[in-house]
Amino acid sequence: MIFAIRTETKKGWRLLSIPFIFSLLLLAAPLTMMFLLSFWTQDYLVLDKTFTLNNYIEAATQPVYQLLFQRSLIISLTVTFFTVLLAYPMAYFISFHGGERKALWLFLITIPFWTSYLLRMFLWKVILGYNGVFNSLLLWLEMITEPVTFILYNANAVVIALTHGWAPFAILPIFVSLEKIDRSLLEASRDLGDGPFHQFFRVILPLSAPGVVGAALIIFIPTVGDYITPKLVGGTDGLMIANMIQVQFSKANNAPLAAALSASSLMIVAFISIVFVLFNKKYLRRY
Amino acid sequence: MNNLVQVQNVSKSFGEVNAVKGVSLEIDQGKFFSLLGPSGCGKTTLLRLIAGFEIPNSGKILIDNKSMDGVEPNLRPTNMVFQNYAIFPHLNVEQNVSYGLRKKNLSKAEKDEMISQVLELVGLTGLNQRSANALSGGQKQRVALARALILKPKVLLLDEPLSALDKKLREQMQLELRHLQRAVGITFILVTHDQEEALTMSDKVAVMFDGEVEQVDSPRKLYERPASQRVASFIGDMNFINEKALETKDGLKVKSKILGDIFIPKNQVSGKLSNNKIIIGIRPEMISIITKNSDSKGLISGKITDISYFGVTTYYKIECGSNAKALSVSAQNSFGQMDYKIGETVKLKMDVNSLVGFLD
Amino acid sequence: MTRSSKYLKFFAFTYLIFLYAPALLLPIFSFNSSQIIAFPLTGFTFHWFETLLHQSTLHEALRNSLIVAVSSSVLATILGILASRSATRYDFTGKQISLTFILAPLVLPEIIVGVALLIVLMQLGLSLNLWSVVLGHTLLIMPFSILIMNSAFNNLDISLEEASMDLGENQFGTFYRIILPLVFPGIMASLLIGFTLSLDEFIIAFFLTGTDTTLPVYIWAQFRFPKKLPTTMALGTLLLVTSFILLSLSEYFRRRAVNSRSSVL
Repeated sequence: MIFAIRTETKKGWRLLSIPFIFSLLLLAAPLTMMFLLSFWTQDYLVLDKTFTLNNYIEAATQPVYQLLFQRSLIISLTVTFFTVLLAYPMAYFISFHGGERKALWLFLITIPFWTSYLLRMFLWKVILGYNGVFNSLLLWLEMITEPVTFILYNANAVVIALTHGWAPFAILPIFVSLEKIDRSLLEASRDLGDGPFHQFFRVILPLSAPGVVGAALIIFIPTVGDYITPKLVGGTDGLMIANMIQVQFSKANNAPLAAALSASSLMIVAFISIVFVLFNKKYLRRY
Repeated sequence: MNNLVQVQNVSKSFGEVNAVKGVSLEIDQGKFFSLLGPSGCGKTTLLRLIAGFEIPNSGKILIDNKSMDGVEPNLRPTNMVFQNYAIFPHLNVEQNVSYGLRKKNLSKAEKDEMISQVLELVGLTGLNQRSANALSGGQKQRVALARALILKPKVLLLDEPLSALDKKLREQMQLELRHLQRAVGITFILVTHDQEEALTMSDKVAVMFDGEVEQVDSPRKLYERPASQRVASFIGDMNFINEKALETKDGLKVKSKILGDIFIPKNQVSGKLSNNKIIIGIRPEMISIITKNSDSKGLISGKITDISYFGVTTYYKIECGSNAKALSVSAQNSFGQMDYKIGETVKLKMDVNSLVGFLD
Repeated sequence: MTRSSKYLKFFAFTYLIFLYAPALLLPIFSFNSSQIIAFPLTGFTFHWFETLLHQSTLHEALRNSLIVAVSSSVLATILGILASRSATRYDFTGKQISLTFILAPLVLPEIIVGVALLIVLMQLGLSLNLWSVVLGHTLLIMPFSILIMNSAFNNLDISLEEASMDLGENQFGTFYRIILPLVFPGIMASLLIGFTLSLDEFIIAFFLTGTDTTLPVYIWAQFRFPKKLPTTMALGTLLLVTSFILLSLSEYFRRRAVNSRSSVL
């Protein structure tokens, strides 16, 4: 038996070791290095390797960083909320009313996302701009007389663009979790006296919760650190923490501070995600 | 030496689970041998140990007097028909059948000859180019057989090969497999949980429970002289009656309230007597209902409490005296058979020679 | 059809329009003769596509992107095959946690991966070039390769391998004659998806590229010139068509991989 265990482990690790070492070198080592660097200081090009928490103190106390962290979280949470809210009925529609055409619907949903993220976000700038597609269309149709401005170069624009950009990442996991629900459970719930409303809240929603929680995390975590969207459509009022990290890195030549900002975002995101998962723990059991 | 396969005190565990516990078996050359038992009894593990897919924790397996220790599955003189047939989906029938011939130095003509022979043997002539996905369950089964037989293994291992087929096809394949085995003369080892299948096809059957072999015998002996209550109730039905017995020189004397005074010869008894306790077993078809309301002497009297109709036979539950447990009695619904109703009192006669005794 | 499902259908179509709106603008405005991206449309032209033919920096960026995309998709697929073969075939301690770690780039904000990689390269004093982008992209693509290969290997019934061994093949022969042909569609899907992801990836390339820019970095630079917008739209249209073809192909292979599973009956 011990012999058998050893060969399984040996064979398994012999294959896994190469990708694992690759990830260690290109992910674990850089992240560790980033954490180390965040405790050092840099004066122009000279690196001072004495341990200090100054970068973190600066990140936590300077109003500009506080504002950026806050804004990033609010934008990201808003995007997560709206994306999931819009994606759920779509996924529900495909799963319960898609009939024979489920695959076609899923295909239709993913096609527009086969353009690069960069181009899609740029297109939102083109759409939402002062002389953009949206305004010119409304003017042409004489629905407005002056271009509207509240939709570009602010946080709203970032939210709109991201809510669009991450839609399939919400639709797909929710769809999968809805598909997994045994249809006889729905018949049972109707049989036991639930109307459509109660059936949804007592059976369908709790059973699809793993998909919703998964979708929320898949969207929340990367969007906090999004760089492209705020840079393209956010103006100055819509800039997020990633933009600051990039600035500290390049123009400000303060890599340690950039590292501390990165590390802080990572920790904040991890903390919120863990709390979110724990909060929803009772729905995440495997049925 | 006639023992082609020798399994010597073999044990195998997976983590905490002891799948096979010190099993020893000897399987004769050219025989159809079955491993029979309920699911989880270790029969498939034992087969995979012989094939070389599992390595025993202890014990030895010999095939043709050669130890199989450290011999990889591809180098063993065994071939296997898998439960799901494992037909390579990307290859056609001919490519599947000739899969194992690559390493043998054969000319194209020799290979073609072997392929057409073996396809004829399993009844798939002409289907050489059929793709694997276009095969029916029965055809896949035949391809799996052909693929293994073409290599002329010393032992052919069959892991529940018929369980995925429907009843009619299964019965047909049982006969075909039996004929095939006689025709090619290769030793077959079949794993099955279906007692009927094991009895109809095999020369010898090993019955397994909880990782141990409980009895190895011919189908007839297994049915008529089961070595334990477990074997008796796994293979067919049997009535069990608790009685007290006295040991004599060549058997046991029992004064039974139900059966009257009877004598069971030693060779019909398994186990050792303690506290005079004996469990007497009798098959339902070895009891017959003689007459209605007759008072012939020497017959047991009982009352019918339940009747189940099975077409060819009818099963009766009959309560005899104050004894709590009713006897199961089966009667062939043949011409002239009497009809009985629930609540009727009847007289029973049983074949005393078919009684078996189980001691502790 | 009930009333609620009518509402749902209406919602679904409206939502679909929202999802398609930006992508549809690409072809519309890349054939529109006006230099300003606005309605109403002014006329049909191929001009913007023609200008693409004469931009040497674009051709350079395209060449770089192709090098990066081919190298990183091949590397990621090889690593993905190793990891998912190990994950689907063997059970051993430490498997789950190390796999979770390898898959982490799927959810990590790209900026953090980019920053961390850049820090290491700078600290090691290595120069930035296309190969640093290749390594970064391989890290990002590998999780996708693993997920694709996992489903390919999961559909591979272990009894097929056992049957091959039973019929006299050794491990190498079994790999070559059974495993490889059966997971081949998965490998193709992984290569195509990896290629597309790398071709479209911006952040890592932006951070790690030195003087050799990739296509998305080139496009990013073009955004600053309003005059070049229609040309960029034309380029985007070409990229959309390329992605569409590549991903349709990969979907075709992925489905073939799923369908080739051996069924009992």
